[in-house]
Amino acid sequence: MQSYNLSHLKELEAESIYVIREVAAQFEKPALLFSGGKDSIVCFHLARKAFFPANVPFPLVHVDTGHNFQETIEFRDKMVEKYGATLIVGSVQQSIDEGKSIEEKGFNASRNGLQTATLLETIESNKFDACMGGARRDEEKARAKERFFSHRDDFGQWDPKNQRPEIWNIFNGKKNFGETFRIFPISNWTEMDIWQYILQEKIELPSIYFAHQREVFTRDEVIYGKTNFMKMKPEETTEMKQVRFRTIGDASCTGAVESSADSLEKIIEEVAATRTTERGTRADDKRSEAAMEDRKKQGYF
Amino acid sequence: MSQEGYLDMELLRFSTAGSVDDGKSTLIGRLLYDSKSIFQDQMEAIEEASKRKGEENVNLALLTDGLRSEREQGITIDVAYRYFATPKRKFIIADTPGHIQYTRNMVTGSSTANLAIILVDARNGVVEQTKRHSFIASLLQIPHIVYCINKMDLVDYKEETYNKVRAELEAFSSKLDTKDVRFIPLSALAGDNVVDRSSKMDWYGGPTLMYLLETIHIGSDHNHVDRRFPIQHVIRPQTKEHHDYRGYAGRIAGGVFKPGDDVMVLPSGFSSKIKSIDTLDGQLEEAFAPMSVTMTLEDDIDISRGDMLVRETNAPEATQDIDIMLCWMNKKSLVPNGKYAVKHTSKDVRCIVKEIQYKVDVNTLHRVEDNKQINMNDIARVKLRTTAPLFIDKYNRNRMTGSLILIDEATNETVGAGMII
Repeated sequence: MQSYNLSHLKELEAESIYVIREVAAQFEKPALLFSGGKDSIVCFHLARKAFFPANVPFPLVHVDTGHNFQETIEFRDKMVEKYGATLIVGSVQQSIDEGKSIEEKGFNASRNGLQTATLLETIESNKFDACMGGARRDEEKARAKERFFSHRDDFGQWDPKNQRPEIWNIFNGKKNFGETFRIFPISNWTEMDIWQYILQEKIELPSIYFAHQREVFTRDEVIYGKTNFMKMKPEETTEMKQVRFRTIGDASCTGAVESSADSLEKIIEEVAATRTTERGTRADDKRSEAAMEDRKKQGYF
Repeated sequence: MSQEGYLDMELLRFSTAGSVDDGKSTLIGRLLYDSKSIFQDQMEAIEEASKRKGEENVNLALLTDGLRSEREQGITIDVAYRYFATPKRKFIIADTPGHIQYTRNMVTGSSTANLAIILVDARNGVVEQTKRHSFIASLLQIPHIVYCINKMDLVDYKEETYNKVRAELEAFSSKLDTKDVRFIPLSALAGDNVVDRSSKMDWYGGPTLMYLLETIHIGSDHNHVDRRFPIQHVIRPQTKEHHDYRGYAGRIAGGVFKPGDDVMVLPSGFSSKIKSIDTLDGQLEEAFAPMSVTMTLEDDIDISRGDMLVRETNAPEATQDIDIMLCWMNKKSLVPNGKYAVKHTSKDVRCIVKEIQYKVDVNTLHRVEDNKQINMNDIARVKLRTTAPLFIDKYNRNRMTGSLILIDEATNETVGAGMII
């Protein structure tokens, strides 16, 4: 008899497509959180596969901290245009201007934490009942406990000790009025799976994922790109380095790594050899051991 | 790793269970560490946390305990998922806590697993927890069970001790409905027979745990015989280009589908032929479980979510009376004659609990018929009556069309997991 085996990437793909279709079927007004990072780009690619030949039946939502790498924004706009997607931008700057969020002070000020308020506001004003995000369980230990369908109360809060059991692939998206869900279609993917899949599917990425020359400075062993919204200490100086980014978040808390990997194949080799997690370059997780859990409880995705 | 290799790996999902102090965290830590899946920053973080807690050795359990309250109490509350890969396979571990809410967590972690690792302390042999874990693994129809007889270093790597524990396990597991049972003597702490073959147990001729995980045959774990395609979503682009397109999207639950195949639509009973199997990457010649695809049919038939495409000569049973083994997962006890929402494949119905036949004592496997109060973590045989027919297979025939969940209609919580008998 012929053997009916799927490769691990095909099996992960099938699982994620199944989850995305469940979202379209079970919710009235879902959205896909889109940061312009590789994980959300893969999610969008999976969504296109899930509904082909129809268009993706939900909008992309970008919670924009205003602290972006220009390359990411350009990429985002090009992609939205190419695939005829709908883009909704929730602006952290606007939340600050309206007095709903207060900017952090000091040299390590980041707008990462401020995304939560803007995200919740965007969900509320657009009446979204489910937001898909590209979070993965291998990223961070609080995420390892996350469900595919993560229930949030009417304040958007996560209650990790009281999660619904998730058995087989039967997802329960039932909820009361005002409650919402966060949904993570690529929960079971690892950083390596994502890169291999990008290579296999020839998915386009923003250029900053590949090695390039950039003016950077180093603080607490993290390499930051020089930007006009990040204050440098008097003793800090910039230099030109060949770097690439492993994750793309708010530019004020995302570090680069020194690298000469300028192709997907080289990046995969580098990821296979690397001995630190990709969130090791994220200052937002270094604040405390439970930094991610605390942010998620408040409504972060 | 060569590129051809890693783009063509298989995925093995396994669960791990064991009682307190039997070295489960050490074993997982060993698998991750020896396969180079623990990163330096993770290692540094747990080294520091172990030091802060005044522990002498690096506590590998801190790797998997993701929540603040778990780290504070030093216990694992919830199933944690861990990932690692070797050049041969990618692995997903569902690490299920041994003592707290064991049934609920183990059922959750086992529900999608191809293989269960059950740890046994070589000094203690079969204990109550071993029986419980084995029973749940067999109830959930995990195709392969691997008993890891751990702490062999503490019994001087003696063959007689291993043989004695193995005989006990064989006697017990023969009563269970598991197709493939394996035994490995190992020491997670010392690393014997985990990744590297032990030089201290020459008498053992079998594979190491890692070799077994990398090579065990998982190709037949899905049902490729009975055609089952539950419709998840109907795709209607309504664009100029695809004006009349009606595609049925779903994940294949069983069998092999090819264009030209005859199919019957449930519940309507109409017959048609598969016109095409569509994906973004082009049309497929065939599709099988667990692929997610979109099918079009030759005839225009009214089909919606919750319907199922099957083969006329091999259809699932369509019935409103359903016998299940129920695992209860909520603090609020099961209400006899209570009404619950049911999810089965992509179909939503309601049900009434018609009869509680018996409870199972998960330690002795005996039936308990005089106490029918079903509390959290209980397993019971129950009869349901649903508001509309479900298209069911027995759970031991098909894990996807043979499973359902019960939902409390007031709280919307998932309260029960049912395996159809």
